[in-house]
Amino acid sequence: MTDIFELLKGKGSEKQPVIVQGITGKFGTRHTNLMIEYGTNIVAGVTPGKGGQKFEDSVPIYETAKEAVDATGAKISIMFVPAKFFLGAAKDALEAGIKLLIAIPEHVPVQDAMKTIELAKQKGAIMIGPNTPGVMIPDLIKIGIMPASPFKFGNVAVLSKSGTLLYEISNNLSTSGFGQCITLGIGGDPINGTRLIDAFDMVKDYPNLDGIVVVGEIGGDAEEVFAQKIIDENFKKPIVAYVAGRKAPKEKRMGHAGAIVMGNYGSAESKIAMFSKANIPVAKRPVEVPILLAGKMEKK
Amino acid sequence: MRLLEYQAKELFKEYDIRIPDSIASKDIESGRKDAEKIGYPFVIKAQVPVGGRGKAGGIQKCHNEDEFELKYPQVLNMTIKGEKTRAILLEKMSEYEKEIYLSLFLNRSKRCYTIISSAEGGVEIESVKNQTIREVGLGEVTKKVAEEVAKEIGLKENSIPHFVDILQKLSKLTVEKEAELTEINPLVILKDGSMMALDGKMMTDDNSNFRHKELAKYQEKTELEKMAEESGFSLVELDGNVAVIGNGAGLVMSTLDMLTDNGGKAACFLDVGGTATTESVYEALTLISKMKNVKAVLVNLYGGIVKTSIVASAFLKAYDDKIIVLPVFARLMGAESEKSKEMLKDSETKLSPSIEEAINNVVMEVNK
Repeated sequence: MTDIFELLKGKGSEKQPVIVQGITGKFGTRHTNLMIEYGTNIVAGVTPGKGGQKFEDSVPIYETAKEAVDATGAKISIMFVPAKFFLGAAKDALEAGIKLLIAIPEHVPVQDAMKTIELAKQKGAIMIGPNTPGVMIPDLIKIGIMPASPFKFGNVAVLSKSGTLLYEISNNLSTSGFGQCITLGIGGDPINGTRLIDAFDMVKDYPNLDGIVVVGEIGGDAEEVFAQKIIDENFKKPIVAYVAGRKAPKEKRMGHAGAIVMGNYGSAESKIAMFSKANIPVAKRPVEVPILLAGKMEKK
Repeated sequence: MRLLEYQAKELFKEYDIRIPDSIASKDIESGRKDAEKIGYPFVIKAQVPVGGRGKAGGIQKCHNEDEFELKYPQVLNMTIKGEKTRAILLEKMSEYEKEIYLSLFLNRSKRCYTIISSAEGGVEIESVKNQTIREVGLGEVTKKVAEEVAKEIGLKENSIPHFVDILQKLSKLTVEKEAELTEINPLVILKDGSMMALDGKMMTDDNSNFRHKELAKYQEKTELEKMAEESGFSLVELDGNVAVIGNGAGLVMSTLDMLTDNGGKAACFLDVGGTATTESVYEALTLISKMKNVKAVLVNLYGGIVKTSIVASAFLKAYDDKIIVLPVFARLMGAESEKSKEMLKDSETKLSPSIEEAINNVVMEVNK
């Protein structure tokens, strides 16, 4: 298991170098600037056809991820490439030796995501996403598109399928005194490089962990499998969940490619029932999350 | 996209999976010609993108012209679980010995395709007993695996080669068309042991549409859905009277849940994407203005990167341009919320500090 905290924090005082694939697009440019502003160490960009140029007169741009990695030694890449070119760019990064791939693009075909995951496994790398807002350790590193304001450093891990709900719920946690040691977007797609259970494995042994908040939504069975794992491992730290889409119609994609109920597969009822079996309270509204978490912590 | 039965069956035919004689139509004139070609008796099957049509009366046996004249319009005008009948499939009745179940689906937690099969088919998957479940990776189903599944569900010797053939073809179809689900329920066993797909269901990966121009003809979008797509929004039309707009799928779902909990009924789910801008909010209001039955608009935006005052100007512009006259109840979270409140003070947009308050207000408005 790759230690995500070690990978994000790096060793010693040097900040972990990060490259940006698709750095010159409108979206990539904007968020690269915001990440730099947050203090993330962006060392290189990749945009085919623009190799040799510089981003904002300072960050060198390369033709391929291989050139960028060779020049900088970066192990982390954040991708802003269009979904159609995702598979090619992901292969380029993984072949170049990237160990943590943050896949921002939405609308990546499922088969392309599955192929990327296969390759990542072979290379001993992790992909977070696609369709993720990214990952961050508040006050230290932000690799993603989340705004900075909702997050404060602390000891709660937040794992979320949704982007804006991650911001909303983290903001509720922060204002209630629950800072975060890590916040990680699983992504809203049917196939996730880092599944909810994988994300749990990444954070469960964090020494100062006080609790975990899971922000789920309809579709698939990630929440059910997660709850079963909590039961199987007899994990005792407080966990609180939220499930979006309780009142959504069946067999309709609700914005996210993965947010769809087919029969009972993916239904909110199924998820809430499993959470309850694992003794994980489920908030009805985002504002209830910190209240339930505080309740769980008192009981402990 | 979710293919209708007749569309899935067209693909089955293309992949040489046996189906009964059937013809699809959208009006009774063509239906009459189809009836002649097929010959009585046959079944009239409502083509709707939702399960459970049998119980709802969407499948009717038809023995003669009188029955046809009565039942065809009846089924065509049916609404099943909120879905209007899109077309009618006339299908020759088949004699068979047994109904079984077969599907291939994208197993999201295992991240591979998975076969589900059972010797007891014809009911909805939740009620299918004795399921055999087999994970098959990313590729197509091999002959060996197909044979093992056939034996496991307890098929007779004379049916095994037919089952293997159909399962392999179905997996080829699934992989090539990038489907998330292909289901034959029931798959029927005929007297001679051969098999035929009596129903068909397919759900493809919309994100791979760009690689499948051949499936574009099956795409059925309303005018509003087309408009939403052009703006990069996700729209689901619903049957209530409060239009729900927000940024990010999770946040909009959450808003819809809370609205429903409080007795409100959503007219739509409209996700303008993670980052709300003046343009996206203006376009969203334009879209809402074209919807019928909307009495009020509920907006839940989590800003962050964009200042709420920038978004607030979209509401003002929409009123100035007379795009919208409906009352809007909004919660704008993010920077400069005081300034936004000031800006919208005398407009038809009422800002609330919390989504709960905005929901209370919108429910009161539509019930007054």
